[in-house]
Amino acid sequence: MKTARSIMLLALVLVLASFAGSNKYFVITAEDVAFKVPDGFPKPVYDFSSNHPSPEVFILGRKLFYDPILSRDSTISCASCHQRLFAFGHIDHALSHGINGLIGTRNVPPLQNLAWNPAFMWDGGVNHIEMQPLSPLTNPLEMGETLSHILLKLRQNEHYRKDFQAAWHDTVINTERMLKALAQFTGLMISCNSRYDKYIRGADTFSAIEKNGLAFFRQKCATCHTEPLFTNNAYRNNGIRPDTALNDSGRGRITGTMSDNYMFKVPGLRNVERTYPYMHDGRIRNLRSVLDHYADPNQFDTRASPEMRRIGVLSKDQKDALYAFLLTLTDKEFIYDKRFIDPFIDTVK
Amino acid sequence: MNRPTHSIFAMATLVVAMLLSHTVVAGGRLVIDITNRVGPQVLSLDSGSYTNALAQPYTVSMFKYYIGKIALREKNGSEVRSEAYYLVNESEPASKTIVLEHVPIGDYTGISFFTGVDSADNCSGAQDGALDPLNAMFWAWNTGYIFLKLEGRAPASRSSGHLLEYHIGGYREPHNCIRHIALRFKKSLPVVEGGTAHVHLNADVAAVLSGKERIDFAQLSSVTDFHNATTIADNYATMWSVSTEK
Ligand code: HEC
Ligand code: HEC
Repeated sequence: MKTARSIMLLALVLVLASFAGSNKYFVITAEDVAFKVPDGFPKPVYDFSSNHPSPEVFILGRKLFYDPILSRDSTISCASCHQRLFAFGHIDHALSHGINGLIGTRNVPPLQNLAWNPAFMWDGGVNHIEMQPLSPLTNPLEMGETLSHILLKLRQNEHYRKDFQAAWHDTVINTERMLKALAQFTGLMISCNSRYDKYIRGADTFSAIEKNGLAFFRQKCATCHTEPLFTNNAYRNNGIRPDTALNDSGRGRITGTMSDNYMFKVPGLRNVERTYPYMHDGRIRNLRSVLDHYADPNQFDTRASPEMRRIGVLSKDQKDALYAFLLTLTDKEFIYDKRFIDPFIDTVK
Repeated sequence: MNRPTHSIFAMATLVVAMLLSHTVVAGGRLVIDITNRVGPQVLSLDSGSYTNALAQPYTVSMFKYYIGKIALREKNGSEVRSEAYYLVNESEPASKTIVLEHVPIGDYTGISFFTGVDSADNCSGAQDGALDPLNAMFWAWNTGYIFLKLEGRAPASRSSGHLLEYHIGGYREPHNCIRHIALRFKKSLPVVEGGTAHVHLNADVAAVLSGKERIDFAQLSSVTDFHNATTIADNYATMWSVSTEK
């Protein structure tokens, strides 16, 4: 009884504590949104000087990201598919779910370190972070809206009129500003504080198995999943066979070049523990099964990229070590970062 | 570019003004009028009926395209260029007149421009004005502007509703559909201080369908991605003609 009571008390204290701190994420300072290149990261692709971070633009971007008003029937927001606690991916959904319960054709990728992406989507079809939202906004299987109707809804909404005014100091609400606000918010989703990062910076230690895992990873996986972003930003075939129902030709659909068929963008693996299921169509349910796939070269599709041959057969110990290493890529500071919390849960506007 | 109103205009003006090499003068004004045609006839949306080079009848319901980076060639070989893009849309008469202010005074022998949107401008993120994706000249899933849209109907078309639908764009090789057009004036065109000079451009729908390769509506009634796009682009590269007579 006594323990039960103290647990309840503790729970109460925690709840109160979280309330006390809960408003903090609405106070966003210039320091909070300053863009800094993390130690060891390359130069970003996105030029923030063309979209200078400011608390007001960031807050507007966050609101847009979480607001279902952007979808045709006001049911789906960006965050419906891109959920904060899963590094802005969507766990347990192989293919995306849009308005009216419509199922899309691809797995929702996590959103992180986008400022370093030269291209977006599994096929790299989108060439700029600012243009990326146009695809979900207008895709009939996702948010199904038109730009003109979205702008109309924003212009009619007094809160958005205030937010745009605060961000740009005049009354103009247009596509460019909406896209820049979203890009500023998503562009600042930066994961750089996983245990791996801290280990590299000498601020944390790895167990023996994690160290082995990192060594195997560098030997077998890093040609494609290159540190520190865990992608070489190339399009490759990792040996999974085309799904005959979806028949997704990947990069080939974008470039119209036969040799690009069935190639997909090498995904960055940060927070991979939390982004299941895996691959462009979400076909692999868990991380151990991903390693089983890589462990068995005989199962690779004939189109597998040449780097796949370097992996060879993986033993159970090697798989365990790789698994232990991949878990070090989880970045709790990013996942629980208060700046990214849904602004609607706490405001009555 | 945060101010949307007149920004294109302002930008064009600015760039031309910046290109002034000598003393800062107001320069002259150049008015470019565009007439969309089908062969010898002036294009008439929906009501006009036309026949292509293969004697297949058709009508046109939409004709819009980008032109940009208009440059004028001076007699001495130098060039003045504006960086702006314009969306010419047959159903919006005002879009068929382009005015360039502060054109440096000079004697010009020709005009050049892009039909389409230069590759750098396809890759530079959110833009306002003519390049606002709101104009429905944009592909979201494979980022890039649609350079030209020609839609209509033809009995020979096997698409549903006998539709014709040519949406042409793409800036990557080998499916690059940007076409640079350079036209010479018959007679050189003087731009004088404070004066207004006129250029008349004609864009011929018939050439879009047969300029280099004759499009058979029964074979190709729809182009909406890179498949066959450059065929149409090579055609529209031939659609232009110019005159400087009033
Ligand atoms: C219906 C679910 C859904 C909604 C709503 C949605 N997305 Fe996505 N998002 C996806 C899917 C699926 C992909 C991958 C698409 C592909 O590869 O074709 C994706 C990809 C992305 C990417 C590219 C990530 C990368 O690394 O390449 C970004 C950025 C993104 N979405 C941001 C947004 C924003 C901003 C919004 C709101 C305007 C939004 N998404 C709304 C499902 C969704
Ligand atoms: C030839 C380049 C290449 C090599 C080598 C490679 N991968 Fe991959 N990896 C990819 C590609 C491409 C994908 C996405 C495939 C798809 O969706 O069709 C991927 C996907 C993954 C995913 C799923 C990520 C997600 O978010 O869905 C994991 C996990 C992964 N790889 C781990 C590894 C490990 C561990 C190794 C080494 C044993 C490795 N990869 C070696 C190219 C490679």
